[in-house]
Amino acid sequence: MEWRWDFTFEILPRMLWATGNTLLAALIGYAIALVVGLVFLLLQQTRYRLINFLVREIVEFIRSTPLLVQLFFVYFVAPQFGIILSAWTSAMITIGLHFGTYLSEVYRGSLNAVPKGQWEACRALNMSATRTYFRVILPQAFPVALPGMGNYLIGIFKDTPMLATIGVAELMHTANALGAETYRYLEPYTMVGFIFLMISLPTAAGLRKLETAVARAQGQNK
Amino acid sequence: MDTQNPQTPAADGPIVQFRNVTKSYGALTVLDKLDLDIAQNEMVSIIGPSGSGKTTVLRVLMTLETINDGVIYLDGAPLTHMPKDDGLEVANEKYLRNHRSKIGMVFQQFNLFPHMTALENCVEAPINVLGMNRDEAESRAIDLLRMVGMEGKKDEHPSRLSGGQQQRVAIARALAMRPKIMLLDEVTSALDPEVIGEVLNVIRSLNNEHNLTMLMVTHQMGFAREISDRVCFFYDGKIAEQGTPDQLLGDPQNERTKQFLHAVLDAN
Ligand SMILES: Nc1ncnc2c1ncn2[C@@H]1O[C@H](COP(=O)(O)OP(=O)(O)O)[C@@H](O)[C@H]1O
Ligand SMILES: [Mg+2]
Repeated sequence: MEWRWDFTFEILPRMLWATGNTLLAALIGYAIALVVGLVFLLLQQTRYRLINFLVREIVEFIRSTPLLVQLFFVYFVAPQFGIILSAWTSAMITIGLHFGTYLSEVYRGSLNAVPKGQWEACRALNMSATRTYFRVILPQAFPVALPGMGNYLIGIFKDTPMLATIGVAELMHTANALGAETYRYLEPYTMVGFIFLMISLPTAAGLRKLETAVARAQGQNK
Repeated sequence: MDTQNPQTPAADGPIVQFRNVTKSYGALTVLDKLDLDIAQNEMVSIIGPSGSGKTTVLRVLMTLETINDGVIYLDGAPLTHMPKDDGLEVANEKYLRNHRSKIGMVFQQFNLFPHMTALENCVEAPINVLGMNRDEAESRAIDLLRMVGMEGKKDEHPSRLSGGQQQRVAIARALAMRPKIMLLDEVTSALDPEVIGEVLNVIRSLNNEHNLTMLMVTHQMGFAREISDRVCFFYDGKIAEQGTPDQLLGDPQNERTKQFLHAVLDAN
């Protein structure tokens, strides 16, 4: 079997359209995960020990089961309990929850990385809790969280092919369909790999630039 | 018990009063029924062995820690407690925010905000807590940075400053909040020997030129002797002995004090 350029160009429009869906899924999923991560973080630090404990266990449970299993649960099992969600909705909920647990750990680690003395300095300067967070703690936690946040952005992007299994028309799903229609698999799957590479590499490079820029803006010699 | 008896000290009395203050961590009693008065503009040094509760005295006064018993009064009003009916109850955050602004603190580890320049460190709280406008806050901060000899580095981040320079900025930052009382916790202990002098000079000039009450924990016996109005020797969460610097450091009466001073002199 040899590479056919005419076929490549023939399927290119469909592949590009699917790339759009892949990016959309990754970005929406990431946005949800960023927020869910924050919610998980806050729900583990409430005044109520029981809530903290339960949320902690839920987070631990989600973190230690595979994304694919969770996806199948939400899409195939939940309907049997009367919860019927579209493929896209199932996908976004699952990615949001799954990666939200990872992001809550990233947030937590980055907050713990801010020395206790910073809180005390704020208190000695009589700053309010809100000011303390927004002016002192979060600006210092952010650069610590940034590499982890970047990794999970790319991680979500690279996990989107799993969404093919429940019929979200992203890159992998489209390549599968093209293969089934034309019996040619070389070009579609090669293109999937290539497109992922073309997006991942510059994104990773961009994230590293961002990390350096943030560090420099804060006066660290990085 | 004192919490039932909120007699408010006269306004021209001591600016700080510890009344029967106890602080413990679990079974460990760190401050043991402490009574301590500090007069307006007095410079009080606290010395004593490690673990005797020196830092804790400053931390409970700064309200970084709550106390388990007793009351601290500040400038004629209760600080750790607030009036309720005929007695006192433990102060809430709002009450604390209204009262602790009279106190400033400088830490052993500086605790400057690393993501801000020296100047930004000094204007952050004046703008956001005191509500000063930026121009006024900056011009005052620059005056203070000049006073501590750091005007030329006002746009540097802490990571670009030496320990002594960071500590001088930290002093300026605390002064920018116009405290009546300054708490200094071993402010030279984390510094290289050759820069200790520059920080002591700043404290010296503060003491001479400003109407500030100061409470200073230090291991610099010579400095304490030169600058203090009174020296308190802490042992086991209590003031074991106190007096003028010449009395306490020159002619100590308490065995513990003598032992401690011997040990310190031997170490130097
Ligand atoms: N957060 C804390 N938890 C438990 N013990 C503490 C805590 N802070 C201080 N201590 C203990 O309290 C005692 C007095 O501490 P400190 O006031 O820092 O002493 P000093 O400044 O005189 O060396 C020490 O034994 C110390 O270990
Ligand atoms: Mg100490």
